[in-house]
Amino acid sequence: MDELSIYLHIPFCVRKCLYCDFLSFPVCGDGNTAENKHTGKSYVNLISPQKAAWVESYVNLIRDEIIRTAPEYKKYRVISVFVGGGTPSLLPTGAMRAILDAVRSGYRLEEDAEITLEMNPDTVTEEKLREYITCGINRLSIGLQSADDAELARIGRIHDYGTFAQAYETARRVGFANINIDLMAALPGQTIAAYGRTLRRVAALAPEHISAYSLTLEESTPLYERRREFSFPPEEEEREMYALTGTYLASCGYHRYEISNYARDGFECRHNKVYWRRGNYVGFGLGASSMTENVRWKNPTDGERYRNYVDALARAAEAGGSAGLREKNAEEFALQRLSVPEQMEEFMFLGLRMMRGVSGRTFRRVFGADMEETYGAVIGKLCGQGLLERDGERVRLTERGIDLSNYVMAQFLFD
Amino acid sequence: MAAIDQSKIRNFCIVAHIDHGKSTLADRIIEKTGLLTSREMQAQVLDNMELERERGITIKAQTVRIVYNAKDGNEYIFNLIDTPGHVDFNYEVSRALAACDGAILVVDAAQGIEAQTLANVYLALDHDLDVFPVINKIDLPSADPERVKNEIEDVIGIEAQDAPLISAKNGVGIDEVLEAVVKKIPAPGGSPDNPLQALIFDSVYDSYKGVIVFCRIMEGRVSKGCEIKMMATGATAEVVEVGYFGPGQFIPCEELAAGMVGYLTASIKNVKDTAVGDTVTDLNRPCAAPLPGYKKVNSMVYCGMYPADGAKYPDLRDALEKLKLNDASLNYEPETSIALGFGFRCGFLGLLHLEIIQERLEREYNLDLVTTAPGVIYRVHKTDGEMIELTNPSNLPDLSQIAYMEEPIVSAEIMVTTEFIGPIMQLCQERRGRYISTEYIEASRALIKYELPLNEIIYDFFDALKSRSRGYASFDYEMKGYEESKLVKLDILINHEEVDALSFIVHADSAYERGRKMCEKLKEEIPRHLFEIPIQAAVGGKIIARETVKAMRKDVLAKCYGGDITRKKKLLEKQKEGKKRMRQIGSVEIPQSAFMSVLKLDDK
Repeated sequence: MDELSIYLHIPFCVRKCLYCDFLSFPVCGDGNTAENKHTGKSYVNLISPQKAAWVESYVNLIRDEIIRTAPEYKKYRVISVFVGGGTPSLLPTGAMRAILDAVRSGYRLEEDAEITLEMNPDTVTEEKLREYITCGINRLSIGLQSADDAELARIGRIHDYGTFAQAYETARRVGFANINIDLMAALPGQTIAAYGRTLRRVAALAPEHISAYSLTLEESTPLYERRREFSFPPEEEEREMYALTGTYLASCGYHRYEISNYARDGFECRHNKVYWRRGNYVGFGLGASSMTENVRWKNPTDGERYRNYVDALARAAEAGGSAGLREKNAEEFALQRLSVPEQMEEFMFLGLRMMRGVSGRTFRRVFGADMEETYGAVIGKLCGQGLLERDGERVRLTERGIDLSNYVMAQFLFD
Repeated sequence: MAAIDQSKIRNFCIVAHIDHGKSTLADRIIEKTGLLTSREMQAQVLDNMELERERGITIKAQTVRIVYNAKDGNEYIFNLIDTPGHVDFNYEVSRALAACDGAILVVDAAQGIEAQTLANVYLALDHDLDVFPVINKIDLPSADPERVKNEIEDVIGIEAQDAPLISAKNGVGIDEVLEAVVKKIPAPGGSPDNPLQALIFDSVYDSYKGVIVFCRIMEGRVSKGCEIKMMATGATAEVVEVGYFGPGQFIPCEELAAGMVGYLTASIKNVKDTAVGDTVTDLNRPCAAPLPGYKKVNSMVYCGMYPADGAKYPDLRDALEKLKLNDASLNYEPETSIALGFGFRCGFLGLLHLEIIQERLEREYNLDLVTTAPGVIYRVHKTDGEMIELTNPSNLPDLSQIAYMEEPIVSAEIMVTTEFIGPIMQLCQERRGRYISTEYIEASRALIKYELPLNEIIYDFFDALKSRSRGYASFDYEMKGYEESKLVKLDILINHEEVDALSFIVHADSAYERGRKMCEKLKEEIPRHLFEIPIQAAVGGKIIARETVKAMRKDVLAKCYGGDITRKKKLLEKQKEGKKRMRQIGSVEIPQSAFMSVLKLDDK
């Protein structure tokens, strides 16, 4: 039976971080802060009354979408669920439960499925975390970004390290045995030494998984608009931070398994690997992306259009089902039926993000073609440039290849 | 049609400084004479090429015949010959003027006389045309017609007190102008019984009729079946059709006789055979001598034109061939560049002409071009006594074979209000100008004369002039001749390899400065590679400037978010697409735009 992963998009947050260009909307009014012993403010259950109805109607919509499209995915068993955002932990636990129940009722969710929730330290309490466990959530991904409060403030994060440490400790106490911590390198004003301190503090907590992303300055963000006010570490330092991440975390027992992801043995993120291995996944919610059977599409990013889609799903059961509905509005869903060459391109540039690289054997199994025949010249050239290396039938990025991975991956696109 | 009374013909043109309203007046005249209704009137009927209308200048002469019922009760035939309005086309202007008997001088009521006003009016007077002035734009708040009248009398020395005061834009005073044409412009001379002698003042290529020759019949007559000869090119042909110019169309007629302006077709395949300025005569009964003033038009400015996509070379060749059919002053020959592959070395009358051709190739023929830095024709005198005309810097002989080099010099006239004399003279000095004189037109305006090397004015002289005079200076020039000059070839080396398409000739004194700027510019243009790339400027093998493009250290997308890989793919595609628009020089990829960067060296 085929495997499927599910992504659930919760496009709400307390407020936009300066670097964020994700599809997310602040739903906490400024006046809605209550006392918290660390920060003096907390956002727990504090979606502003004006926005509460909107959030509630969204929760209903995404539930409807999950349930109404379920017939389309009868043949799959679900191996992972990832609740991302935004800040999904902002949702009341009742809403979270309702959404996950919708998944359970409509889909064949595996016993041992990996169910991840993205959370921000300031939005949870012990009670909430306990509730999550009863919802079936078995993995947390906590957005810490930095252990330095000044750095956090600079990029517009609402929490400080103390709040994080407390939330982390609570999560452990209530029983979460699989936790990821998100970190960011190359933040404005960040030194290599300061980044090293963040790494040490985080590794000392011994999470199962660490994601460490270098800050990417996206054009549509306030950080980009105000970039001249900040001093960003130069490229050389950013690369040093990257190298430090690899060596330091390795010494603590984490292995890098993807360009920006590190895990203790047995704790690689199953959900993310589906993306890189081109497994089937479906995204629910505003603007969520999907790929099943080599067809890619994306839900509308506009609230009104998304609502119309979910409404139409109610009537779609007879008329070709949810897939047929999208097929009829292919443009709105940016629906793309991948040709074999396009699949090959993706196979290479997504697969190479993983440190074990891509395998000639898998290529042959998937495409019935020889990877050397298709890409031998490119691989040869890139090996010659010291950017790729071969290991039997596998091909993977070298350290320098990681630094220049966009260049490397672009070579695998056909003319 | 009844025989046309020669005394009722008026052949004239309108001369003016750019933007003083020449084309607008032409529109009004055509409108007033009733051949077109206002509704049919497209703005500026005479400038009918899309590009011309966009730039607001006339590139090819357009001509129209109109019928005017004058106040004296007679019907007159007006042949209004429009003239190109840019120094690049001075020779065409002179031939168009030669086809006229008189000219209307349009002067802007606010701006008064400008450099081109003078240049054009002198050109008209040189051709013995009867010139009468009209003062245009009297509706402007800043109009000062009395001052302008005095200026015309003082500076040009023609009667201006009874000049019609008009607003061509608003159609004011046009009747007065038409009456003045009848009274002040003489009827053409010549006899229909003499041997045929006709002046070619323009020609266009039509895919059905072949070349359509625009001519003024000076003597004799021509009709269908007549065997004709072009006296300068020697081409002969049998006339298929003669006619005159309706607005926007050719109207056939029985015969063209002395005094008339019209066209003839004779299944001529190439405009080369019908050079502007040439004389058409009867093959069997030739006239004694050709009309004076013919000269072969020479290209003044050369550049390399290459298709951005090498596979489009045949398309570029075809497009140039087609343009050449209509433009005898465009020259081109195939050349090969190590950097740019197969292309053409193209010669133009001037930079405007170059830009127009380039735009037409890109717009009408949908070609993506890489153009090398434009240069002038240098004369290289070799030690063995041979002289070569150098149009491509790459062909410069070895230094040991060069005795000396010469470059073209122009005589330039710059009209400017006195407050800007300082900055303008400074500009001319910077451009290696030789000061000749300053003449005060009136208390606040002066005509500055300089001799300038042509290669100093072909890039951005006009822009610099405008910016240093806040738009007030106007400029005109003509070729003076060649002078010996200390010239060197500046070579650019990228990753130690000389890039032929980036070489240019420069005066020795500015070589260092230009080389340094060129390296800086290229550093901005060339993307980082996996390795470090030195960019060097060299003269005679000696490095005079250097910049370095640092090796690429990082090109990695940290995050691939939420399964949305389309963004990632777009990024990679952009990267890949970018590469396609690059030229491979050795192991270095250079963007097309780098080859044009030499043009932007003076950008501040």
